[in-house]
Amino acid sequence: MSSFKLTYKSFGNRAILIEWPAKIDKKILKNVILFKNKILNHDIKSILEVIIGYNSLTIIYVYTIENIYSEFLALKSIYFSDSPQISVNNFHWRIPVCYDEKFGIDLQEISQKNELEIDAITDLHCDQIYTVFFIGFLPGFLYLGGLDKRLFFDRKSTPRLDVKKGAVGIGGMQTGIYPSQSSGGWNIIGNSPISFFNPKSEEPCFAKSGDEIQFYKIELEEYNQIKKQVEIGFYELERKKI
Amino acid sequence: MIKVLQPGFYTSVQDLGRFGFGNIGVPTSGAMDQFSSKLANQILGNNEKDAVLEITQGNCSFLFQTTSMICITGADCTLRLNTIRISLNTAILVLEGDILTFKTPVYGVRSYLAVFEGFQTKIILNSRSYFNGITSTIRIEKEEILPITEFNSKTTNTFSTVKINKTHFELKKIKAFRGPEYELLSNIQKELLLKLIFTISKDNNRMGYRLKENIPNALEPILTSAVLPGTVQLTPSGRLIVLMRDCQVTGGYPRVLQLTEASVNQLAQKTTGDVFEFLMA
Repeated sequence: MSSFKLTYKSFGNRAILIEWPAKIDKKILKNVILFKNKILNHDIKSILEVIIGYNSLTIIYVYTIENIYSEFLALKSIYFSDSPQISVNNFHWRIPVCYDEKFGIDLQEISQKNELEIDAITDLHCDQIYTVFFIGFLPGFLYLGGLDKRLFFDRKSTPRLDVKKGAVGIGGMQTGIYPSQSSGGWNIIGNSPISFFNPKSEEPCFAKSGDEIQFYKIELEEYNQIKKQVEIGFYELERKKI
Repeated sequence: MIKVLQPGFYTSVQDLGRFGFGNIGVPTSGAMDQFSSKLANQILGNNEKDAVLEITQGNCSFLFQTTSMICITGADCTLRLNTIRISLNTAILVLEGDILTFKTPVYGVRSYLAVFEGFQTKIILNSRSYFNGITSTIRIEKEEILPITEFNSKTTNTFSTVKINKTHFELKKIKAFRGPEYELLSNIQKELLLKLIFTISKDNNRMGYRLKENIPNALEPILTSAVLPGTVQLTPSGRLIVLMRDCQVTGGYPRVLQLTEASVNQLAQKTTGDVFEFLMA
């Protein structure tokens, strides 16, 4: 696998920030995930957590870092070490979304300003395969790459205070799902009955960096059915290994 | 058990935080002033990770339904056990039926109540720290019953009072390292960052403190990347936000400073209208 020119910076005295070129790019994401897995594979006791960003890894240590340069060197040698033998399972997930006007409260506005029929908007939204770059903002909030340019739409200048759980939105060049009720400035086009974060589950969030997401349309009736199944834990998401 | 008679302005159960779930977007949380929360546990001989009650701005009271040994640290809220004044930073025996009362703080913002062996609320994702969407509630409520274990130790430990240096509450210099995007700042911006006296705005909570003063700013947002408690972000409007324990895992504003751990604890004892300066660590 090709290697990138990385920069290593201290981030306070308990964390190290490693940065790739400042681009949103699937090749960079792959390399970020590979490096993260190599680090985790080394099972270094002084490392508490490793956080992925679009073009970065942040390594949080348990205690104050005593010699930052020796940590940099240790990380660099891990970067250039052989890939771990364990293969990472990434999945392609099919996510049901109801684009009914009951949920898609901003569809009309996008339709007018972007000069697209509402059906065309929802078709375009379902046609793309999105890549999960990382999870942040809220527990279970997926940062997805791959939105069709024709659907780009500026965030609201004043965020709504009450965006519903499951709301599917467009914010600038990004699309995503609100995993819980929250304030938010994205334009809402639908709602998914799926739970993206459940703290009581052994695996609170099914998705991870490097997974793929594709949306498909459901009608209100099916939405209500799936929602009930999700609530009692009987719903199984469609997935395939990639 | 402890029954909440008056929950106060904002009281929550906190330990030292929730680790290992950042990659699914779960914030660290944990006690805002961990110097004080650890001290309370240490004085009782607890594990420093045991859960405590974090009491913001006092004004609360609790009825003990179980005998316990307690210790209160942090903000001084003129404590009383029944009608008798009790001291901060001291291990105190409480009996079933005793009522503990906190008044408005004389100094400091957040007090910590530790009990023998810690609060026994539910552990979710390796932590008892309250957080929206993870624990069932985000703050304690009137009439709520909080589980604790009974103190039945026959050994009479000689519990000591610890003398606290008040600079922890009064220090006006907040120490910070250069943040990852510090070098993107202009010389004027760097100078202002260290010369201005900053005021904490009313937008301050467990997630972050917004500061009142502006630093003229034309920096572009960065590609979303990790942020930590103690990260100082510079927003497009020129306002600074100091992220605190409940902050999000990632953010898109330039990270210009990173507070030291001690400074995060010190800032946790400041609130609306308090002033401070940044000092390079």
